[in-house]
Amino acid sequence: MDWITIISTTIKASVGVETVLYGIAAIGLNIHFGYTGLLNFGQAAFMGVAGYGLAVTVVVLGMPFWVGVIFGLIAAVILAFLLGIPTLQLRADYLAIVTIAAAEIVRLVFRSVQFKDVFGGSDGHRGFTDGFYALNPYPAGNYGFNLGPVPLFFNHRTMWVITVGWVLIALACLMVHLLMKSPWGRVLKAIREDEDAVRSLGKSVFSYKMQALVLGGVIGCMGGFIYGLGYASVQPDVFGTETTFYMYTMVILGGAARVLGPVIGSMVFWVLLVFIYGVLSEAVRVGYITFMDTNQVGALRWILVGAGLILLLVYRPQGIFGDKREIAIDAR
Amino acid sequence: MHAETMSTDRKAAALAAFKDLARDPGVPKPDPILVVDDVVRRFGGLTAVDVGHVEIQRGSITALIGPNGAGKTTFFNQLTGFDTADSGTWTFNGRSMNGVPAHKVARRGMVRTFQLTKALSRLTVMENMRLGAQQQKGENFWRALVPRVWRAQEDEITERAEELLARFKLDAKRDDFAGSLSGGQRKLLEMARALMVNPELVMLDEPMAGVNPALTQSLLGHVKDLREQGMTVLFVEHDMDMVRDISDWVIVMAQGAVIAEGPPATIMSDDRVIDAYLGAHHDAPLSEGELEEQLQQAEAALEAEIEEETQK
Repeated sequence: MDWITIISTTIKASVGVETVLYGIAAIGLNIHFGYTGLLNFGQAAFMGVAGYGLAVTVVVLGMPFWVGVIFGLIAAVILAFLLGIPTLQLRADYLAIVTIAAAEIVRLVFRSVQFKDVFGGSDGHRGFTDGFYALNPYPAGNYGFNLGPVPLFFNHRTMWVITVGWVLIALACLMVHLLMKSPWGRVLKAIREDEDAVRSLGKSVFSYKMQALVLGGVIGCMGGFIYGLGYASVQPDVFGTETTFYMYTMVILGGAARVLGPVIGSMVFWVLLVFIYGVLSEAVRVGYITFMDTNQVGALRWILVGAGLILLLVYRPQGIFGDKREIAIDAR
Repeated sequence: MHAETMSTDRKAAALAAFKDLARDPGVPKPDPILVVDDVVRRFGGLTAVDVGHVEIQRGSITALIGPNGAGKTTFFNQLTGFDTADSGTWTFNGRSMNGVPAHKVARRGMVRTFQLTKALSRLTVMENMRLGAQQQKGENFWRALVPRVWRAQEDEITERAEELLARFKLDAKRDDFAGSLSGGQRKLLEMARALMVNPELVMLDEPMAGVNPALTQSLLGHVKDLREQGMTVLFVEHDMDMVRDISDWVIVMAQGAVIAEGPPATIMSDDRVIDAYLGAHHDAPLSEGELEEQLQQAEAALEAEIEEETQK
């Protein structure tokens, strides 16, 4: 068993690209679901339109990187309005239905043959990250340190992506922290509890829900940028519904309506996933496990993570940071 | 002592306003705060509300009573913008209110509570209260990001909320989740929260429903208190003892329409009201002679009908 590699990849996963991109998108989802009570099952679509907004602008239109970022942000805002205007006046479950459908529509349009010239079909786009890496302040090389015998190194490209990512996470968390202890955040939390009560107190519920949807969508779209930049490509199937479900898992794991909940949730999620995969595939390679091959390990780790999450929800439903008292109150 | 005399003044003033009024539905009041004309609400074939004309006197406590299904709560929902009336107009302080969304109705000073209390469970009692305050600078997204801008106002709001909580004896619960309060305390919290809006007209939908008797007296006191502070109260209630105790004027609804109005002491002896609650023939004669007479009348009517048929 190569424990050094397993430990190294596991520790690196706690701050790596996946953790960053899912963490930041989950912060957006936490604004929707945790604070405002909006059941948005289409968070992956916000990531998708951002990633594609960037990629299409640079690859197809030949415009610079920062224009692509602006287009991606605008696309996320437009998507929020398109989803919100028809559904936010209706009951909460309609938003869930519409968002899950809209996310699929977005994904299927991206991968459609009809628009292959624009979105690149199921292969997606690549080669739009030069503008981003041109800004990289890290000279070429590996960065990191040895933790005893365990080497923890990232190359200069990954370093640049995760630096930007963690700065964005810090800014997003600071913003959520400021907003949620302000009267603005109080209105959102009140909407989560009972919309009609908030209306009867003179607040425009629709306006606040829309603001929350746009804000969470824009923060979520940062995750799409980080994906595109981290992997130097976008493909439609990355932005499928399971991506949204991973984010829900992270939000609940960390503790819904907690500032750092989604970030810690994302770290725990990826650390577990990488660690289980590392241990199982090593065990198969060395011959400790004989009833399956390395290809099956990928599926088994999801099963184990799923089982772990079920146990978590049974024994600690408030998540890592949640307040048990809140769960005890039957809100609905 | 001073409060006591003021209290009697306000009550006397309210009663004086109603002194010489007729007992007809839609009777004009000397100084109406709310005037309703021809409000109709249909659900498919059912006409839930069909109110011709009704006025609510300023500075008084008006009770809205009626049997189950009379359309009282639906009427409330129309007036407060929680449901859209099919037709009709109503004015609050002379300003037209039809089609105004619920949150703007509240901003104009007409605040309601709900039959099933809507305490915001996972917010603390204090946060519930603060939410009621109007024109908060910190409720704007950009200003919310700069605490310096709204801190001072927040402190004022907190101070006002603390006074109200003390009045409603909820100050000990300040930092508890509203979801942990008892049913009666939630009613109190909802009323206190509505007062944070600084309303002119407070509309209470069954304030006593589900409240234990120990709290009833205190709630009654608070409702009377609203009048003393110059507010107008309109409330829906089933408990006739409460209606008699605190209201200055009673409006009776049945089958969606206003059928009678009058002072609480006499309204329950009004024939129209008794009919509405107990049915029109509840006091039909049952002695043998009267029964005979009724049978003969019925037979005569039947014969007349048969004759009419045969003549055709």
